[in-house]
Amino acid sequence: MIRLESIGKVYTLGDNEFAALTDVDLHIARNEFVALTGASGSGKSTMMNILGCLDSPTTGSYSLDGEAVAGLSEDQLAGVRNRKIGFIFQNFYLMPRFTALDNVAQPLIYRGLSPSVRRERAREALARVGLADRTHHKPNELSGGQRQRVAIARALVGHPELLLADEPTGNLDSRTAREIMALLTHLHSEGVTLIIVTHDPGIASHCHRVVRLHDGRIAEDFQQQPAPIEPPAATVAAHSPAERPA
Amino acid sequence: MSASADSANRFQSSWYAMQECLRSALSSIRAHGLRSSLTMLGIVIGVASVICVIALVQGLSQSISNQLQGLGGSTLTLRSHTPLEDQLRGKRNRLKLKDLEELRFRIDGISNITPLVFAGQGMGSQIRYGANTASGQMFGTTSNYQDVQKIFPKTGRFLTESDDASRRRVVVVGEQMRKDLKLPEDPAGEFVQIGNEWFKVVGVLEPRGEMFGMSQDNYLLMPFRTALAVNGVVLEPDLWITFSVNDLEALESTKLRVAMLMRQLHQIGPKQPDDFVVEASDMIAKTFKQISTTITLVVAGIVGISLLVGGVGIMNIMLVSVTERTREIGIAKALGARRQYVLMQFLIEAMVLAIIGGLIGIAIGFGLGYGIAQSIPDFPPPSVPWWAVTGACAFSGLIGVIFGILPASKAANLAPIDALRYE
Ligand SMILES: Nc1ncnc2c1ncn2[C@@H]1O[C@H](COP(=O)(O)OP(=O)(O)OP(=O)(O)O)[C@@H](O)[C@H]1O
Ligand SMILES: [Mg+2]
Repeated sequence: MIRLESIGKVYTLGDNEFAALTDVDLHIARNEFVALTGASGSGKSTMMNILGCLDSPTTGSYSLDGEAVAGLSEDQLAGVRNRKIGFIFQNFYLMPRFTALDNVAQPLIYRGLSPSVRRERAREALARVGLADRTHHKPNELSGGQRQRVAIARALVGHPELLLADEPTGNLDSRTAREIMALLTHLHSEGVTLIIVTHDPGIASHCHRVVRLHDGRIAEDFQQQPAPIEPPAATVAAHSPAERPA
Repeated sequence: MSASADSANRFQSSWYAMQECLRSALSSIRAHGLRSSLTMLGIVIGVASVICVIALVQGLSQSISNQLQGLGGSTLTLRSHTPLEDQLRGKRNRLKLKDLEELRFRIDGISNITPLVFAGQGMGSQIRYGANTASGQMFGTTSNYQDVQKIFPKTGRFLTESDDASRRRVVVVGEQMRKDLKLPEDPAGEFVQIGNEWFKVVGVLEPRGEMFGMSQDNYLLMPFRTALAVNGVVLEPDLWITFSVNDLEALESTKLRVAMLMRQLHQIGPKQPDDFVVEASDMIAKTFKQISTTITLVVAGIVGISLLVGGVGIMNIMLVSVTERTREIGIAKALGARRQYVLMQFLIEAMVLAIIGGLIGIAIGFGLGYGIAQSIPDFPPPSVPWWAVTGACAFSGLIGVIFGILPASKAANLAPIDALRYE
């Protein structure tokens, strides 16, 4: 599903050039559960932005779902992000003036869906992350964990094939972090492809595959038996996996 | 999820997007209440002054044209016309008695042919009654005048045909002139002196009111032939001829026939312009309306420039707002908002700000206009025509769009990753 070939990213600051990524090759199949780890400054976020079509690589080619991303226009990229990718950020990046429901429904605006359809799907997504009773709260009326769930619901609402999470638990305490991981694991079990950026080995241990970056290169890439999340049973609403677009 | 909803048609999609932009614009304006109101202030002041000026000018012109409307619709006026160039060369075209006679005999379907002649020459314009003097306009006319002009005597009688036939030295005076001369309420039978001639007052005309604060009743009328007689032969008189067209349908064709007759009488060559004007009497009202519209537009245009200042204010604040909301823009782009959508969102916000400002301005302008009109004695009530209201709204919206383009395109052109990382 994801095919990175000799990807390089060079940042230019004045006269200085800095290679944040060098010669990265990476293939990720559908429904994989990957942890992207590495020390601070190793290029994880840079890689994530490229994977999410938020930024373009300086060299190399990236194809998502068989589609070469390099040739796409800014607006086509927006369409790709909207339909195929769900983002989960460390700082949540919710709209402060919107309610949880409006935040979750936001990506659907850009699909041109009617307000009633948007609300309906946003409600479903919020129920999926266990926040059915918080639809009318604004972000500042929610706890950190709840905010991240709203963000996850927003990432899910468009039924994307790829979920990208950059330090999704970075701003949360360990208990809440476990809940969020349990939720993400559950989503993976429903068929979503998940890539989680983390420098926390504990988080990485729950993933099926670990890719470790070092100074902008892939240092390690291995499969593992995911560690179970205990205590179990974070509040995940029992919701049948939604039918996903092919 | 239904597939059909996902493939909602383009038109519907953009409608939903627009709705959302409007909603988000309103919520953002509400979220920054104080700032939004300050942003609108320029537009509010601009629109308020435009509306206020228009209201006053229009009110004034309406009251004037109402007064002019007393002249009947089927009435035509024939008068001489001298182009400005010729006037400067001292030339003066005239309508003569012969023209009056020819009109009487050669044009059918008209009645109430009423000549009007200025009766000042040869006597001076001083009018005396006892020790009191007054000056005003003096005209010679016939008894038809009252039917054509719809001016009737308040006391006494009007000029009659026999007054005219026997060139009697009689006058009817306007209300203001009666007051100026300190004539009694019913002055019939009193004598006034004009120059060296004595005239008997036979009636007082009902008042015509004021125009531009000046009395229109400072005049007197005498029989047409009397006026010609006292004017003497020094100068050939220049006549105004008013007449009614019997069949309203024939108004235009009558006008043409009269014009042809006059051209023939005055021996005007085929390429030369008329030296006279035939116009419907309400043409005066129309002409006046045109003038007042021009004045309104000019004044509104000048004041409208202040709206540009308001527009710059909007642009300024919108630029700040774009910078402030860089992160939000980044989020929207990460979630799949296209450039066009972000552009539209900020344009609509600028437009909504401007239009709200415009609406508030209209309300204030209305109030101000009424306040001013009320505080000036005898000022006619202001009137705000619909085109001014629509125009002010549309113009504010336009200002919003024009001055919103820069901030909006700045927002739309942000790179998603830079906007997202913006601190
Ligand atoms: N916009 C930029 N301009 C210049 N250099 C950048 C830019 N973004 C990132 N870098 C540099 O690229 C390198 C990789 O950055 P990146 O954010 O990918 O690291 P990271 O692995 O996500 O680190 P962390 O764990 O601290 O988030 C860093 O050295 C950083 O300084
Ligand atoms: Mg990072």
